Amino acid sequence: MATIYIDNVPYEVKPGKNLLEACLTLGINLPYFCWHPAMGSVGACRQCAVKVFKDEADTKGRLIMSCMEPVRDNIRLSVDEPEAKEFREHVIEWLMTNHPHDCAVCDEGGACHLQDMTVMSGHNYRRYEYKKRTYQNQYLGPFLNHEMNRCIQCYRCVRFYKDYAGGHDLDVFAAHNHVYFGRHENGVLENEFSGNLAEVCPTGVFTDKTLKQHYTRKWDLTMAPSVCQHCSLGCNISAGERYGSLRQITSRYNGEVNGYFICDRGRFGYEFVNSPARIRKALVRTHLPEAVTKEVALQEIWGELRQARLIGIGSPRASLESNFALKALVGENNFHLGVDENDQDLVDLSLKILRKGPARNFSLREVETADAVFILGEDLTNTAPMLALAVRQSVRQQPLAQVAQASIPFWQDAAARELVQDKKGPLFIASITATKLDEIATATAHASPDAIARLGFAVANLISENSPVVTHLSEAEETMAQQIADALKTAKKPLIISGCASGSEAVLKAAANIAGALCEQVKTAGIVLTVPECNSLGLAMLGGHRLESAFEAIQNGYADSVIILENNLYRCANKTAVDSFLGHAKEVLVLDHLHHATTEKARIVLPAGTFAEADGTLVNNEGRAQRFYQVYPTPEDLQESWRWLINIGTSLRHPVLSNWKNLDDINQALAEADNQFKGILAAAPPAEFRIAGQKIPRESHRFSGRTAMNAHHAVSEPKPPEDPDTPLTFTMEGYRGEPPSSIIPFFWSPGWNSIQSVNKYQEEIGGHLHHGDPGIRLIEPVQTNLTHYFSEVPEDFAPLQNHLFMVPLYHIFGSEEQSILAPGIAQRAPEPYVAICEADAHALQLKEGNNLDFSLEHQIIRLPVKINNDITKGTAGLPKGLPGVPYAELPAWAIILKQETTWKHQPQIIS
Amino acid sequence: MEKPLTQHITPDRKPLSLKEYEQVGGYQAVHKILKELTPEGVTNLVKESNLRGRGGAGFNTGLKWSFVPMGPDVPRPKYLVANADEMEPGTFKDRILLEGNPHQLIEGMIVASYAIQADISYVFLRWAYKKAAQEITKAITEAYAAGYLGQNILGSGYSLEMHLHTGVGRYMCGEETALLNALEGKRATPRAKPPFPQVSGLFGKPTIVNNVETLCCLPHIVNNGAAWFKGLSRTGDAGTKIYGVSGKVNKPGAWELPMGVTVRELIEEHAGGMKNGYRFKGALPGGASTDFLVEEHLNTPMDYPSIAAAGSRMGTGTMIILDDHTCPVGFVHNLQHFFAQESCGFCTPCREGLPWVEKILLSLDRGEGKPEDMQLLNFHTKALGPGNTFCALAPGAMEPLQSALKYFGEDFERHIHEKQCPWK
Repeated sequence: MATIYIDNVPYEVKPGKNLLEACLTLGINLPYFCWHPAMGSVGACRQCAVKVFKDEADTKGRLIMSCMEPVRDNIRLSVDEPEAKEFREHVIEWLMTNHPHDCAVCDEGGACHLQDMTVMSGHNYRRYEYKKRTYQNQYLGPFLNHEMNRCIQCYRCVRFYKDYAGGHDLDVFAAHNHVYFGRHENGVLENEFSGNLAEVCPTGVFTDKTLKQHYTRKWDLTMAPSVCQHCSLGCNISAGERYGSLRQITSRYNGEVNGYFICDRGRFGYEFVNSPARIRKALVRTHLPEAVTKEVALQEIWGELRQARLIGIGSPRASLESNFALKALVGENNFHLGVDENDQDLVDLSLKILRKGPARNFSLREVETADAVFILGEDLTNTAPMLALAVRQSVRQQPLAQVAQASIPFWQDAAARELVQDKKGPLFIASITATKLDEIATATAHASPDAIARLGFAVANLISENSPVVTHLSEAEETMAQQIADALKTAKKPLIISGCASGSEAVLKAAANIAGALCEQVKTAGIVLTVPECNSLGLAMLGGHRLESAFEAIQNGYADSVIILENNLYRCANKTAVDSFLGHAKEVLVLDHLHHATTEKARIVLPAGTFAEADGTLVNNEGRAQRFYQVYPTPEDLQESWRWLINIGTSLRHPVLSNWKNLDDINQALAEADNQFKGILAAAPPAEFRIAGQKIPRESHRFSGRTAMNAHHAVSEPKPPEDPDTPLTFTMEGYRGEPPSSIIPFFWSPGWNSIQSVNKYQEEIGGHLHHGDPGIRLIEPVQTNLTHYFSEVPEDFAPLQNHLFMVPLYHIFGSEEQSILAPGIAQRAPEPYVAICEADAHALQLKEGNNLDFSLEHQIIRLPVKINNDITKGTAGLPKGLPGVPYAELPAWAIILKQETTWKHQPQIIS
Repeated sequence: MEKPLTQHITPDRKPLSLKEYEQVGGYQAVHKILKELTPEGVTNLVKESNLRGRGGAGFNTGLKWSFVPMGPDVPRPKYLVANADEMEPGTFKDRILLEGNPHQLIEGMIVASYAIQADISYVFLRWAYKKAAQEITKAITEAYAAGYLGQNILGSGYSLEMHLHTGVGRYMCGEETALLNALEGKRATPRAKPPFPQVSGLFGKPTIVNNVETLCCLPHIVNNGAAWFKGLSRTGDAGTKIYGVSGKVNKPGAWELPMGVTVRELIEEHAGGMKNGYRFKGALPGGASTDFLVEEHLNTPMDYPSIAAAGSRMGTGTMIILDDHTCPVGFVHNLQHFFAQESCGFCTPCREGLPWVEKILLSLDRGEGKPEDMQLLNFHTKALGPGNTFCALAPGAMEPLQSALKYFGEDFERHIHEKQCPWK
């Protein structure tokens, strides 16, 4: 530790940081703009000026920018020195010369870093009397609004977009006081992390366009800590509501998971919650009208189910609690995981690898610090976007050693990047098709899943001879395997990334073998496996029977009725099979929040709360259990699935469920029933948790209009709704200090209204939140010297006459079930297609856009062709989950149907 | 009087070809260093000669080189860059050297490159110097053909590549780190120091950026020695200097003179004195970004410490004269317009402060000024001082303004009280 003197008071601080970080970590308010904890310093804005003094005798001192000055032992500085204070005030004065005075109509107002810093600096009187500079704004797509007049030229947007996130279509143009931040022309911002600009921008240049459509000030939002539902990474988010609709998602800092950022699917996918297709009332199809009250629905259920032979189908996108409640209700033997057969095997295998393997399952933060990465079979940008962002940071690790050698601090961003230039640490990608990360990769291979697995097995064998040998590799494959093995072996913290996306067990096994082989030598080797949905891993840990056996149970009369939890079966099984299953079941009860093909077939549909209307726990791909919280109270008929299940259980006098009242009861039961879930009790405090006898408010102390909001219904203020499940309240009342990290509804601190207030919640700037980051890891690697190796090396892929091997492709905007219902996301999704290589297209006499007819699992499918030469000959890419592309278990062989003319061309009338 | 730099330059005559240059002793320095001197030997010689950077900062050239990492295990390639982006208003000294004797520059660059063991060298040339671009291109081709550039120069084992790069006309590129960014194809914004270019310069490699005039001195120092070079000067600062004068004088121009001639000598002897009917009011001694000198400073020798003692900077050594027929407010406004335009827009005080200053000066010039404006101008001269801004552009811009306020404050006040420009 180093001792620094701030205004003559000695402090112990961590060396290696800059003075701004040191001051902020100590809780000293010092304004800044261009510095960002994730992006380091460039010294552009000159806002964080302080005085440094040579020694005690020096009274004059020297003005320096605290973000550009490293912590040195015994350095003396002053934050309060009048000249420094005055200079900081003048920097704001300069920035304000051109900043529009439009706070009242600006979306950033009330959560604006510029407002906060202006107040902090003390500037209040305008001396500049001339005209302000103005700009033209741009159309940037469905996610972000652009208002350049507000720009204070801190350069953070381009630094995030280009340097941090690898974007290409946002830049800084022109010079002097006409510097412009935007695209080269109007158009959609292409990068998948563009939404972070709304948070990175210290003022209202880039703002959330979806929020604008139902705008609410931050202080008027009812907010809750939540967890993103749109992939398996479990990024932490804050969700905000007003007047019963979800208004905004912002990233919620978690030092171990997503850090400061989230992806655009996570930020803008929320609008499905406000969809007109929501199920808001219980429906009984045989009633007139169909919509019934909760009591009638429960009565109906009691009537039908009390005698029924019941099975339950769970869901990888429903909470642990809802799945466990269903499992408890129907009994262990009758609980089926509502997932694709192949996915079930893949997730089970992933779980086994994480549990039994010696490699540590890295958190996202750890991924950033890996110094050699090998990705097998994943297109991360489209399957686990924030993991791709973390990998982008990891390739900086090896070059940064050179920065340290040159005595340049890591946080001196421009200098570090200058020294490193384009040098990247080792990153190898073997994937089905080209991925966005290819541009930063050392080497890539685009191949069939089997070929990817073979390459992986070969790498493992080169690292450890205990891993099986691969024969008949091509020379190119052997060279690449050697290159990858060498890079991984020499790394200090190598990382293997794979997952379920290629649909191949062999790929997962190859990844496990490499990680295992590395662990024989490098103890810090890591592994990250992505899984399909936000709670896929939790569901697999909970365990249950296959979906197919549920179909059989109904078919052969073992059971006659089914409860389907938050699941559209048509997305995880063949249409004919599901039709037959639902047709044969006597009673079909579906709990979900949106209408879909499965709810259409149900006689009873119960309105389930989305993540915004429910509390629950999810287990992410790291095995981290994280709690998400209901954002706003709902009418009684719309409630958590687990609460419906408790209601049903109670009405059926179920011995266990009848005793449950709230979330904690379920969690307690789950922890007791299953040792592996013991940790979840520590994931978040129980409902009776209080600070100074008070709950934690979801609303800010500035929340306005609570007596007026419902005045059109009644002039008296209604009784505030109660929250029996959590230590949070739905109102403004409660403890105003800092809550435990897992139940921070929003970041706010006096004088810090913007998201930058997260500084005040961290142990050190950019580090962990006070008392540890949210979430509990349920899976830790085993300490073993004996690695178990998978031995089944697949044969290489061989094309088949008149067939195409269909492999899954993914789209960040389109492949995920719920986010695609958000209009902005839908706008970014591609049209349905099937991707084949030029050679195959030529052989089939097809051109881009022509229809290809094929038969897959007895379905005849017609899709327009997209030529993609990264797709292996004899295989074809089918976009998974995309609307318009029917479900099929992938990978699978499709039979090409001959292009036959089914009708004659009508003679054209020539006019 | 010896004029080593300009001895072979005749106005309106083509520059010497390589052959002609060799006939008058050209490239002897290259032969000499490659045969007789180690790189450290060259650096020590230049250090000893007390050659100071002619671009304006006046840093000891040999000392600057000595910070370049040497030896077998250092980052490669190393670079040498000739800063020929002469864009300081009122300055045209490098142009004479570039157009007049490009081989002298190339020879100087080889000497400097050898001293730091650079592998690649660039001439970063102001875009508007079209003629210079032609001459340098021709000279580089000749030097390659003669074996002074390329692989294994004169059989010594030392290799050096040289390229000409023409900029797009940004004042900012005169700042060495902004120049390096521009040369890399990036925006011409300056870099923070440390790290210095000697450690992390062009493309992150060790780099030296030297001014054209500095480089042109090198062959002569190598050929004639440090003592000779010091002896050229009248004062402690060594060598000759190309001084220039512009403004209402009889013979505006540039001349190579011993270091340390006085301001008065320059104006009266070399520039032929003020034009009839014009009186000397003040002068910016080293280009637009230096403080005014006035009548009382006329006997100041033009060398680095003497000009500094008089409250200004030697800068490029090319003087702009303010006469009594020119409004000092309009004069300074014109300069501030230039600096505000040329601000790169990276740091707040420069980007926002300079246009404000410019607007105030314009309103004064139009007779729309207010008493508070004086306070605002004074405020900016201090607030845009060194250290407060990212680079030296804005502090440089404040030098003529702060000294104008000091010496011609009354003229500024008159604009406000009379509500018009007294010169109009």
